[in-house]
Amino acid sequence: MKKILKYVIVDIVQNKIVLIYTFLLLLIALSVFNLESNSAKGLLSLLNIILILVPLISIIFSTIYIYNSSEFIELLVSQPVKRKSIWLSLFGGLASSLSLAFFIGAGIPILLYHADATGITMILTGLFLTVVFVSIAMLAAGITRDKAKGIGLSILLWLYFSLIFDALVLFFLFQFQDYPLERAMVFFSFLNPIDLGRIQILLQMDISALMGYTGAIFREFFGNYIGVSLSFLGLLIWIVVPLMWSLKKFSKKDL
Amino acid sequence: MITAKNITKTFGRVKALNDISVSFTKGECIALLGPNGCGKTTLIKSILGMVVPDKGNIEFDGRPISEQWQYRSNIGYMPQIGRYPENMTIANVIDMMKDIRKDTTVHLDEELIVSFGLQELMDKKMHTLSGGTRQKVSACLAFLFSPDVLILDEPTAGLDPVSSEQLKKKIVLEKEKGKLILITSHVLSELDELITEVFYMQDGRLLFHKKLLELIQDTGEERLVKAIAKIMTA
Repeated sequence: MKKILKYVIVDIVQNKIVLIYTFLLLLIALSVFNLESNSAKGLLSLLNIILILVPLISIIFSTIYIYNSSEFIELLVSQPVKRKSIWLSLFGGLASSLSLAFFIGAGIPILLYHADATGITMILTGLFLTVVFVSIAMLAAGITRDKAKGIGLSILLWLYFSLIFDALVLFFLFQFQDYPLERAMVFFSFLNPIDLGRIQILLQMDISALMGYTGAIFREFFGNYIGVSLSFLGLLIWIVVPLMWSLKKFSKKDL
Repeated sequence: MITAKNITKTFGRVKALNDISVSFTKGECIALLGPNGCGKTTLIKSILGMVVPDKGNIEFDGRPISEQWQYRSNIGYMPQIGRYPENMTIANVIDMMKDIRKDTTVHLDEELIVSFGLQELMDKKMHTLSGGTRQKVSACLAFLFSPDVLILDEPTAGLDPVSSEQLKKKIVLEKEKGKLILITSHVLSELDELITEVFYMQDGRLLFHKKLLELIQDTGEERLVKAIAKIMTA
């Protein structure tokens, strides 16, 4: 397992995309913090960029990488190696290198300019989102044989989580506006890892008052210790479930 | 050494393997023959665990292979089309395999690397290699760990006559050491001097599994090519 992981990481590092991603994040983070007079405002702008960019890059890069590793996978499957360790090494390699890229690109500037609880929550959320979307990419690439289909599915999933899901929730809210849906909203937010991350940070930033009564419910739920733990548990489930599902698929896959 | 019982595998509507039962014993050199698409490669891949059969079970040395992986350290596999990570060099690939299959007790058999003259090409990336050179790399990897079982899928396809002769010599040498060798090939004329048994498949079914001598006696032909031709037209 360790050996295969080593080869995956060396291969990803040689691939310059992750390096470019790191510099892109670094550039964005530094310019956002330098443009805004107030570092809290900078953090908010950075949040919006991170919530779009991190899932997008993580899911697309991982999906393409898994398809491009088909030769590597094929070579190893005929060797005395567990299938599970091949798949988990791919996941481990992608998750660790993309997390490291995020930590260097966005984490370090945040620590430099805004190293309080909000900043740290944001770094944690970014890292979690990276791993969640690598895991979702493993699933997308695991269940489709065709490369174009798999990448298409990844893009759709990203679109769903970053745009369509919110639109659906809004639609739902308008349709049922006569009913008290605030508590249901808490439940809905667990269905989307990006929302979970966003709420977590917005509550830390103390601007939940802008979100009205729903915000107050969120505050009540996520504001306390149990709420925070539950939301990170939710993110953890978003990592484990797609990964285990894809692992199950891969262990039966014909190569 | 390898026994398969009632293996069935379907891809969509096609039955690639239809209720195949077979047992391959140590010391034999078996030719898997049959027309294109008759399921030879699927059978090989099932033995290697690369394809998971729908029904039936396969045993290696008396132990079922499903979900197992250690047994593969006794197998050297040369695929029909060797696919390798494109941006690795030959040396990288060979080192990686050594690293992954590191078994201090096994002595590394680098004879083929020398006879193919691959040392001079070690720094070339896999994507720059010709089809034949790739085949050579595949062959070297199959023989490298002196495994007890060699599975060679179309070993000489794409090799030049000299290399193909060298590979055949190597196969004979390993056969004399009492290893189990499975070969698929469409070049029947080169199999005469190698094989001891013939395993003939058609449409995913086993047609016959005989000793070469038996086959020659039954058909009254001396050469494998003619014997098979007689069966196919009969």
